[in-house]
Amino acid sequence: MSQTRKQLLVDPLVDNNPITLQVLGICSALAVTSSLNVAFVMSLAVIAVTGFSSLFISFLRNYIPNSIRIIVQMVIIASLVILVDQIIKAYAYEISKTLSVFVGLIITNCIVMGRAEAFAMKNTPFNSFVDGVGNGLGYSLLLMCVGVVRELFGSGTLFGITILDPVNNGGWYVPNGLLLLPPSAFFIIGFLIWGVRSWKKSQVEAREYKIQSLEVH
Amino acid sequence: MEALISLAVKAIFVENLALSFFLGMCTFIAVSKKISTAIGLGISVMIVQSITVPANNIILSYLLKPGALAWAGFPDVDLTFLGLISYIGVIAALVQILEMILDKYFPPLYNALGIFLPLITVNCAILGGSLFMVERDYNFSEATTYGIASGFGWALAIATMAGVREKLKYSDIPDGLQGLGITFITAGLMAMAFMCFSGVKL
Repeated sequence: MSQTRKQLLVDPLVDNNPITLQVLGICSALAVTSSLNVAFVMSLAVIAVTGFSSLFISFLRNYIPNSIRIIVQMVIIASLVILVDQIIKAYAYEISKTLSVFVGLIITNCIVMGRAEAFAMKNTPFNSFVDGVGNGLGYSLLLMCVGVVRELFGSGTLFGITILDPVNNGGWYVPNGLLLLPPSAFFIIGFLIWGVRSWKKSQVEAREYKIQSLEVH
Repeated sequence: MEALISLAVKAIFVENLALSFFLGMCTFIAVSKKISTAIGLGISVMIVQSITVPANNIILSYLLKPGALAWAGFPDVDLTFLGLISYIGVIAALVQILEMILDKYFPPLYNALGIFLPLITVNCAILGGSLFMVERDYNFSEATTYGIASGFGWALAIATMAGVREKLKYSDIPDGLQGLGITFITAGLMAMAFMCFSGVKL
């Protein structure tokens, strides 16, 4: 039993990552990765929401009529997000300003909905909780990878601590400004997906058209 | 009027919901394989967006804001913490109503959009539009303009993306980048192109 639980927790990290394989929850993820502090708070918020929404939905799964399940799930998720939003505003006000609308957007984050619908409606509360936390961790792992690249090479810092001394402070590193702008997040995720799929060959998507190879005479 | 036009141009090009705020990415990536479906989804997002943003604006200014309940005799009540749950409720309800109206009075349009309408409830671009409206403190006319323009911007982005992807499937792409990977990189290039508009001011 504990073996399967461990699997539930570890599987979404690489083998079944919500972002690179299931294509869920990219929406709010990318805009918050230009600094690690913000990405870290966002990750914690998402882990908390996915974990607890799966837990509560799974508790109620036998009592929710099938026809209104989406709206019930939505209400549970929205209440949790409001809670998280208020906590962040109370204890990390500066970061809540940077996150702006993206905490609210956890409601429509497909990971939360997807796990509620696909897993929590069919499994026991504790397993659902573990599954939710696992998927939240998978999301966070990707968020942190992107965040490290963007903050380290974009402004030469990690968690606000200077690692590469930037030129305008009298150092040697010329910061790559592009990495702080939105398009870079797309490139980094694209390359990460390339990396993951070169490592785990089974995730490669089939071609729609086979390119005819030239025959050498 | 000039301010409204400038707001619209800004919402369509400079602050494009899909390409500079990454909103609605799940559907943006998933439904951009064919131009025709992409345009269908784009139009439905635009319709829903141009109704929900003003609707949420009304709710915010007459029910939720501090002092908004003065007309009902509760001038001290501040219900802003209920914001998120009411916006998503309004969106879900409006999408449902829109679906029923289209089904009853415009069957061809309903059949064309049918599958996409329920999906729109969980499209971050819609909720994001309402939340930006709240954060930037738009009044009613600004909210209406912003709703229409941001919906149009999203539709424009998904239609162009679908055009690029239709051509892209004939190209020789490394195995690991096939599908999702190359789509992200294409989206990145498009986002860079859209950034060129950032100097435009009216």
